Amino acid sequence: MKILTLVRQVPDAEARIKINGQSVDLEGTTLVIDGMDEYGVEEALRLREGGANVEEIVALAVGPKKVEDALRTALAMGVDRAIHVETNERYDAVALSRIVAQVAGAEGSDLILLGGQEADWDSQALGAASAERLGWPQLTWTNELSADGDTLTGRHDVDDGNEGFKVALPAVVTAQQGLNEPRYPTLPNIMKAKKKELRKDEPSTYSVQPSVKYVNAEIQTRARLNKMIDGKDPQAAAEQLLDLLRNEAKVLA
Amino acid sequence: MILIVAEHAGGKLGKATLEMVTAAREAGREGPITLLVLGQDVAAVATEAAAVADQVLVGDLPALAQYNPEVWAAAVAQIAREGEANTVLIGGSRSGREYAPRVAVKLDAPYLEDATKLSVNGNALQAQRYTYLARVTETVEAEGPVIVVTVKPGSFAPAAPASAAGEQYDIELDLPTPRTEITGKSVEKTSRVALTEADVIVTGGRGVGSPENFAQYVEGLADNIGAGVGATRAVVDAGWRPYAEQVGQTGKTVQPKAYIALGVSGAVQHLSGMGKSKNIIAINKDAEAPIFKVADYGIVGDVNQIVPALIAASKK
Ligand SMILES: Cc1cc2nc3c(=O)[nH]c(=O)nc-3n(C[C@H](O)[C@H](O)[C@H](O)COP(=O)(O)OP(=O)(O)OC[C@H]3O[C@@H](n4cnc5c(N)ncnc54)[C@H](O)[C@@H]3O)c2cc1C
Repeated sequence: MKILTLVRQVPDAEARIKINGQSVDLEGTTLVIDGMDEYGVEEALRLREGGANVEEIVALAVGPKKVEDALRTALAMGVDRAIHVETNERYDAVALSRIVAQVAGAEGSDLILLGGQEADWDSQALGAASAERLGWPQLTWTNELSADGDTLTGRHDVDDGNEGFKVALPAVVTAQQGLNEPRYPTLPNIMKAKKKELRKDEPSTYSVQPSVKYVNAEIQTRARLNKMIDGKDPQAAAEQLLDLLRNEAKVLA
Repeated sequence: MILIVAEHAGGKLGKATLEMVTAAREAGREGPITLLVLGQDVAAVATEAAAVADQVLVGDLPALAQYNPEVWAAAVAQIAREGEANTVLIGGSRSGREYAPRVAVKLDAPYLEDATKLSVNGNALQAQRYTYLARVTETVEAEGPVIVVTVKPGSFAPAAPASAAGEQYDIELDLPTPRTEITGKSVEKTSRVALTEADVIVTGGRGVGSPENFAQYVEGLADNIGAGVGATRAVVDAGWRPYAEQVGQTGKTVQPKAYIALGVSGAVQHLSGMGKSKNIIAINKDAEAPIFKVADYGIVGDVNQIVPALIAASKK
């Protein structure tokens, strides 16, 4: 099988988010490979290492120049080569899925792995939209996966619990916590990754237009009361808290 | 027409459906509010739905007994097309956000995901949504003959019944055969209030110390005050609590009236799931813990001392 892994670059979770004008400004922010996509990359490598017939693992990223770093991380983890569609345009998931589908078609991919939710746009749509474009089934929020020939089995979370599944390739799988523990690239592998192919594609090749317009962004500033209760006397602190909850916040009877 | 896909479980219409009706009324797009009820043996749900909608379309079929994203997407897209819907509203549940993008692609429509507010701006539909682990509120908009929207649970007030009940119509659907075989299902059961419905949640973090302490302090307090029980990922990863209780980026998103965090540090991934709670109460022995920055009420202290006192006092 040929695996396509999707890689995004997002601010490090601890990084401060700032707004400039109408949008989030990432200038000077530490950017990392999206943690959930990293589970996807790791899973592709584990499928191969676990004996599945994996011909090739290709990583795809769409985004500005610096997204190269996230692709280099994926290469250093062990993917075979990378494709970077370099653009400063912000594409929504429905638009982006057109690029994903075209690349998957050209590459002859039969499994796409990506994160269940994007840590920057909080979107869960790219996997499903790409699956629909390709006419493939999808398994989202997967936390267990194995491959036998061209059959995938695993488990994933659903509304009211979780399910075991079995599906024939081709398919789209979105990864999440519990699926695996991503490896750290070792220094030799980082060196090796420098020699791996990182192809640059023009966005015009894919003739895609964004379908959503981004109008404004604001930092959430919800004023909190920040009332501190002295905890030195536990009894008094407990009584005071209950009093506040009952009579001021009115959340307890 | 404005098409809303009804969410229901156990033969009852879900709160999310009533919230979407409000969202549709507020969005101000033209046409009758139409609820689409998909499932098997859903007559009771359809009757409930008729109380809040102009009309109800009912797809009551054995093939719809079990949710599948491809089947749901096909059904919703077909009805949206036949009814010339200008807006399709789908619940922002795990399943809703899973099949809604497929509907958008089928209809060649833009997709506004997880909206917390909706309004009309000329020909466009404008939505607000949270991004960057719920730290940013973004405004996005889209234009088109039809727009697909998922609505974030808990963002709109549940709609009250309309003056007259809407008509119900049975529909015919052309459904694909699901390609995924479900080999087993485990349902998360809890005797307590469901986390996403609870008015008060008590959550325990690693600072609670052990699974035994968790039962004693977190469950003990929750049972005393009639609250749901939540957990941080650290606690779930350690195997102290089931994943079903995890709150945060990869767990559940909750917005209770009061969220009581015991021994929780307040990592951004946790905050992204509970930061919109009306009142946040934190007990942590570290005065510098980030959770205090978002807290309305905080006690700097040891859970081993404060919580037993709290349990005792709340019994009175
Ligand atoms: C991709 C990704 C997704 C994630 N998703 C989630 C998610 O969905 N939900 C989630 O919760 N986390 C998530 N995390 C993990 C998150 O970053 C934190 O590691 C986690 O929330 C920490 O849990 P904690 O607060 O229980 O533990 P800790 O960080 O260990 O904090 C324990 C706290 O308890 C306090 N404490 C210790 N002893 C006592 C005592 N006796 N009395 C009072 N206070 C005490 C300490 O001062 C400390 O503040 C995610 C991480 C990643 C990378």
